[in-house]
Amino acid sequence: MDVTPQQPAQIPVLAFDRVTLSFDGPPVLEDITFRVAPSETRILLGPAGVGKSVLLKLANGLLRPDSGSIELFSHDIAHASEDALFPLRTRTGMVFQEGALFDSLTVRDNVAYQLIQEEVPDAEIDARVREALRFVELEQTMALFPASLSGGMRRRVAIARALIRKPELLLYDSPTGGLDPVTSTTIISLIVKQRDVYHTPSLLVTHRLQDAFTLCTHRFDPDTGRMVPLPKGDIDPGTTFLMLAEGKLIFDGSLEELLASQDPFVRDFLA
Amino acid sequence: MALDTLERTAKQIVLTVQDYSVFASRAFLNLFRPPIYWTDFLVQSDIIGVGSLSIVVLSGMSTGGVLALQSATTLANFGATAITGEFVSLTMIRELGPVLTGVMVSGRNASSMASELGSMVVTEQIDAMRALGVDPIRKLVTPRIFASIAMLFFLTIVADAFGIVGGGLVTVFMNHQNGTQYLNMAWEHIRFPDIVQGLVKPLFFGYILGSIGCFYGLRTTGGTEGVGRSTIRAVVNSSVLIIFVDFLISHLILELFAGWM
Repeated sequence: MDVTPQQPAQIPVLAFDRVTLSFDGPPVLEDITFRVAPSETRILLGPAGVGKSVLLKLANGLLRPDSGSIELFSHDIAHASEDALFPLRTRTGMVFQEGALFDSLTVRDNVAYQLIQEEVPDAEIDARVREALRFVELEQTMALFPASLSGGMRRRVAIARALIRKPELLLYDSPTGGLDPVTSTTIISLIVKQRDVYHTPSLLVTHRLQDAFTLCTHRFDPDTGRMVPLPKGDIDPGTTFLMLAEGKLIFDGSLEELLASQDPFVRDFLA
Repeated sequence: MALDTLERTAKQIVLTVQDYSVFASRAFLNLFRPPIYWTDFLVQSDIIGVGSLSIVVLSGMSTGGVLALQSATTLANFGATAITGEFVSLTMIRELGPVLTGVMVSGRNASSMASELGSMVVTEQIDAMRALGVDPIRKLVTPRIFASIAMLFFLTIVADAFGIVGGGLVTVFMNHQNGTQYLNMAWEHIRFPDIVQGLVKPLFFGYILGSIGCFYGLRTTGGTEGVGRSTIRAVVNSSVLIIFVDFLISHLILELFAGWM
């Protein structure tokens, strides 16, 4: 096993400690321990069906572990009541695999969902929705329904919805899954932009190595408003990797450590 | 082997009843703790109440008419055709009004709730709602249950009224009896326990159809096929439970008001 746990100086926004979960059978996740530090982007790699999405749902209490502890913003969420979790979840933003937009609401109402529940005045809602949609370059879709958007546009709206309350932690569940390469690059550039503009810590699940490497080797250029490559050999120091295999965390470290790993599973995955 | 299957099924039933009890009581108690989503309550009241009005009017009127039609021959054998009004009004108010309305509205709305919430589960919209810090039980379930209770109460009154009107129309135009006599008999023999029985039942039936529709909707697994299964379970179980609870309430009220009846 090639795990070198991070030793952040600051209090982590999310910390898993020996977390195990099973659904009527062998454990889906077993003995998972890792942390997400402030401003850190953690990329969770692993083949399909290995428990990545399950892990993400544990991170904001949508699922509960059988054993171990999970601390979100220094609150134990593994044993907290559902009512106690709602205020904590409002401090996180989650982008679901297929977007999970409310299909009976317009894009505006989807993005503004939390603000509408909090009874924020309409004028402020409109301004904040426009700002969030501008961030994902979909300002013109406010009055449309999700059914009339393409898959990539739906993901971008989901990102806008996750960002509107300026979350303290972002959870991305395979944001590029099932998309064509051009649309995937658009989504990844938005994630890079979010990382470099707002510095929100995030946990991103993907099985696409290309997306993971792009996140590490690119930055957002505020002058051109585009994602540009870092100088050759440079990598983003705040972007690190986790790898799951058969329910266990087999890697926790930087891109260099990932590439140098001698773990047979890691080598196979990278090959 | 057979014993194992029996044990597993029994455990499954007990677990389902336990989950339903926790779910239904949580949804009920939400009405007394903020936030309360009044807008959702009004929207659901419109869907359940106004949306079900036509089927309730039609089924109520037809049932009243059929009661008058079927009773005419039997009552004529005893020379008691004069009590057709009493027979129709008491049957409608005590039994058929609440039960028929409950079953009809359950067929229309418990199925709609189960399929709507089930679709939201399989497309992760319920998880998205939770992730956005909104309690789906408070936001989706509680307004539906209370809208079902409130609307079933009024729909039952509508069904009773149209049932008596339907019975009256058949009595006058098909059985060629006296309309004034029908109405007098229908009105004079209604007692307080009949009204209590007729108006207490829809409160329970509304709670049953709303909570069961939402319960099976939120338990949906297995994609779109699972949505279909949840819808069937919601309609079948709510209809059966309505008829069973009708028996219990009838028995209880007959015991309570033994001296009045």
